[in-house]
Amino acid sequence: MKETTIEKKKKRLVFRSILLAVMVGLVVFALISNHNEDKNVVAKGEEPPDFQLKKFGTEETVSLSDYEGQGVMINFWATYCEPCKDEMPYMEELYDDYKEQGVEILAVNLDSTNLVVERFLSEYGLSFPILHDKDGQVMDEYDVGQLPSTLFINPEGEVEEEVVGPLTLDKLEGYLDEITPKS
Amino acid sequence: MGDLSSLSSSLLYAAFFIYLTATFFFAGTIRDNSRKKTSLAGNIAITVTIIGFLTQLGYFFTRWAAAGHAPVSNLFEFTTFFGMMLVFAFIVMYFIYKINVLGLIALPIALLIIAFASMFPREISPLVPSLQSHWLYIHVTTAALGQAILSISFVAGLIFLIRQIDQTKKTKQTFWLEFVIFMVATTLAFIIISSTFSAFNYEAAFEAPVEGQPTEMTYEMPAVAGPYDGELLTEDAMTPLIQAPEWMRGVDAAIKFNTLIWSFFGGLVLYGLLRLLLRKRVGSALQPLLKKANPEIIDEVGYRAVAIGFPVFTLGALIFAMIWAQQAWDRFWGWDPKEVWALITFFFYAAYLHLRLSRGWQGTKSAWLAVGGFAIIMFNLLAVNLIISGLHSYA
Amino acid sequence: MNEIKCECGHVNPEGTVLCESCGKPVADNQHLNGNDDQKLLNMRYDGSARRSQTYNRTIIDKVWNFFSSVKVGVTLIVITLIASAVGTIFPQEMYIPPGSNAATHYENQYGLAGQIYYQLGFHNLFTSWWYMVLLAMIGISIVIASLDRFIPLYKTLKTQKPKRHDKFLKKQRIFGTTESTEVNMELLKNNLKKHRFKVKEEDGSILAEKNRFSRWGPYVNHIGLIIFLLGSLLRFVPAMYIDEFIWVREGETKVINGTDGEYYIRNDEFLLENYDENDERFQEAIQRNGQPVPKTYQTNATIFKRTDDVVVGADPELEEIKQAEARVNHPIKFDNFTLYQASYQQNEFRDMTFELHDMDDEDTTYGEFTVDLSDPDSEYELDNGYRVVLDSYFPEYELNDGEPVSKSKYPKNPAFVFNVYPPDESEPEVSFAGIGANVDGSGENDHKVNLVDFDVRDVTGLTIRKDYTLPFIALGGAIFMIGVIQGMYWNHRRIWIKPKEDGVWIAGHTNKNWVALKREIEKVTKDTGVSSPADQQELKG
Repeated sequence: MKETTIEKKKKRLVFRSILLAVMVGLVVFALISNHNEDKNVVAKGEEPPDFQLKKFGTEETVSLSDYEGQGVMINFWATYCEPCKDEMPYMEELYDDYKEQGVEILAVNLDSTNLVVERFLSEYGLSFPILHDKDGQVMDEYDVGQLPSTLFINPEGEVEEEVVGPLTLDKLEGYLDEITPKS
Repeated sequence: MGDLSSLSSSLLYAAFFIYLTATFFFAGTIRDNSRKKTSLAGNIAITVTIIGFLTQLGYFFTRWAAAGHAPVSNLFEFTTFFGMMLVFAFIVMYFIYKINVLGLIALPIALLIIAFASMFPREISPLVPSLQSHWLYIHVTTAALGQAILSISFVAGLIFLIRQIDQTKKTKQTFWLEFVIFMVATTLAFIIISSTFSAFNYEAAFEAPVEGQPTEMTYEMPAVAGPYDGELLTEDAMTPLIQAPEWMRGVDAAIKFNTLIWSFFGGLVLYGLLRLLLRKRVGSALQPLLKKANPEIIDEVGYRAVAIGFPVFTLGALIFAMIWAQQAWDRFWGWDPKEVWALITFFFYAAYLHLRLSRGWQGTKSAWLAVGGFAIIMFNLLAVNLIISGLHSYA
Repeated sequence: MNEIKCECGHVNPEGTVLCESCGKPVADNQHLNGNDDQKLLNMRYDGSARRSQTYNRTIIDKVWNFFSSVKVGVTLIVITLIASAVGTIFPQEMYIPPGSNAATHYENQYGLAGQIYYQLGFHNLFTSWWYMVLLAMIGISIVIASLDRFIPLYKTLKTQKPKRHDKFLKKQRIFGTTESTEVNMELLKNNLKKHRFKVKEEDGSILAEKNRFSRWGPYVNHIGLIIFLLGSLLRFVPAMYIDEFIWVREGETKVINGTDGEYYIRNDEFLLENYDENDERFQEAIQRNGQPVPKTYQTNATIFKRTDDVVVGADPELEEIKQAEARVNHPIKFDNFTLYQASYQQNEFRDMTFELHDMDDEDTTYGEFTVDLSDPDSEYELDNGYRVVLDSYFPEYELNDGEPVSKSKYPKNPAFVFNVYPPDESEPEVSFAGIGANVDGSGENDHKVNLVDFDVRDVTGLTIRKDYTLPFIALGGAIFMIGVIQGMYWNHRRIWIKPKEDGVWIAGHTNKNWVALKREIEKVTKDTGVSSPADQQELKG
């Protein structure tokens, strides 16, 4: 008689603990998801989705997967974004050096009219590949909200760093160093 | 078309006066001392009420025919419909419990609500795209019916409180009961003042900055409180005594504030006159009239009204609302102020039921809760539309 | 002492207030569940043992007991209620004008109060962690409180015997004794059956019961609420719920966000129709409104499915699957996705036509050219050997520190710098042209580029939804409604009749609507010789 009551009590405690644990778990799940909801851009440590875009003014296409094993910097920009224009010369300055060390810079342009970009490029004379995301598909896929936004992807294919807003020359150099393949 | 809509207005006027007549018959039942369950005065009173209800139904359907859509799409139409549902809920309750005194309180409240409704613009308005849905009728009518049934519990609560509160000394309870009566007086004052000035076509135009732009606004009552930094344009109009506070920025904010001042002081005058005439608290003067009411049955009527009204309200104001919102605004719930206040009403009556069922809150406590519930319903009906506007600002 | 053996022989669990079988008050437990030895029985949960109150040793038990309390539940409801009300004082952040900064908006619009409101985080109240915690706690309380009450109540009502203890009967609210030997029990039983009571007998004692299922109403509606809450929780599972938005220009084909690049949409036409101002019915209302009242917002769209492998950014091969109209209240549906007409912008420029003529004489003309604003050419050849080079194009022109720049890529306020080459000239004349602007670059131009015509198009804003949580939400809502109706529109009534040496005792109980029970008892006892019982409870107000 007494043993059965102890048994019962034990069972009850286990039942209560499990039920409470499940409910608390659900609440924690909800809170974390709710917190993460406001975030944009592919998060650090994640593998960014692949894309394929035409190089500006050509029929040649470029995919992110073409650069497996290399460091890749993806810069989202547009001609109507003033801070974007400011960081272009920095990228141009560093491009050749890092290209040799196995880092590619992909500048994804979000303008819709070719003419505007053409005029811009002839003024700035940029040597790194400019990709044209005319409909903003890649931008949507990557949840880019604000321009400029820049992703630094390490040779392992994961996002090493994400920067929303303009970069300085020093910062840019620092981030590029982080994703340079070690050999 | 024009004929139909004028017929509709006449029917509404008629219904109003028929309800008023019925109220007098219900008053006649007070003196009726016969022990029988049904009395002649009571029978006449309920019959007249039903005739009034049918007349108002006539208003509803003729206006529907004239407009091409159910007349529940603006504040006037909705509030009138709410008044009609209140009468309907009363009729249903009357046939369950056969209590005449219920009519004595329920009908005047319905009358006040209908009169109040007609202070809003009364013309037939076209439906904007989001309202063009059958769910408009289903959601709004069910929600109004639910609110009306819940309001019957307020009527019962009021009767209970007037009858039961100890009037021999001044207490918190007597104070709050007087406050409820004062609010009724304020509503009445608003109706009287508002219709008087509109009968004389009173207008006073002001120019005042709204969001930096000089904007013209028209007062339909003499401006006690003028708009902030406003300039009176109309000649011969009263110059404002005070300025509305700076934070009242909307086009109508100062006008509403002015109306509120008028109603408040009007209410004070009405209530003051009553006190002067009666020479005692209004509640205490009313008490003997309700002595015949059995408090236990009245308490049960209040509870029953919540028990019946709560599911109807939930269905209409939350579930149907969600179905419609899902269709019209791509989400079933959006934390729009009107939605939130429907949820608050739901929470409030859920608390009422839990307190009553599990914690034994009956009688006086329950009656006070019913008064609070009605305050929330009125707040949702009026304040949310007039002060806090959201997606529902049209209805 | 753990279990309580009643004199009727039934063994009750610890904490029992009234014996599950015969209803005899358990002497030591008359303080529980709001009971008082001196008063009528409190029949809440029929005097069954609420377990939560009997075990209180471990922390788990303490947490459990906390949530099991109705007082706690009601307190949570009231706090949520007040918080929600506060959340409506000023608009939530999602309802402030788009583009405005919340940090300054509340202060500018509502002054100090607005600033405090913002600082305390009330501008995002309904998505704040503590509001969610409040709702979650209500959910937990619903689960635990229901479990704690339903199981014992169910067991008690199942074990109850028709023959009840004297004390149980005497302390019912409705109770009466009849001293008579001429009670017609058969008629009484028949009457009870006629009133749809289920009649059970034991040693001559009768238990007549009906609508017991109404007692389960609260638990059913609580299950509904839990399903509803779990359904809302599912929204956080990415595959279950998609909420996206796109702008599509007339004539444009665009990928539909949220479909993983699988579906495309073409905006064939956007229609905005207003009510006729001269419509007799609505004339007055439209006049009062001061501006046209919209009647329809509609997008005529074509939906495409991508047939090649989805590679983001690559040009797709498309197959038309559907032509449809999205109107408010009438969304487009395809493959579990729903497209809602949510917004629009009118009159964005599509193309502009310019004419070249002499500076001083607008009657001369050297030809026209049309600039397609979504894909302008870099050069336009005119008659008579004139050539116009489009040097710069600003889709949404504005001046920034004296420099012309574009605010966006959308042609909302287009402006151009044209280089005009008259025949056989190698040096161009530079002129700037925009809406209402025409500037001579050098001040010595012989020619002028004039805007003569333009074409506009509308942009439609569509919301894209995929929501697999709706069935759960709907199920929860439906079960909730069934539960409340079951609990509210039926009453659980019981009548006990116990034969005594000198007559019978009768007692009655209902979970609500006592007046109706009294009336029913009057009807069933009519002509049976049983006198009407009295209501032992008088409200003291």
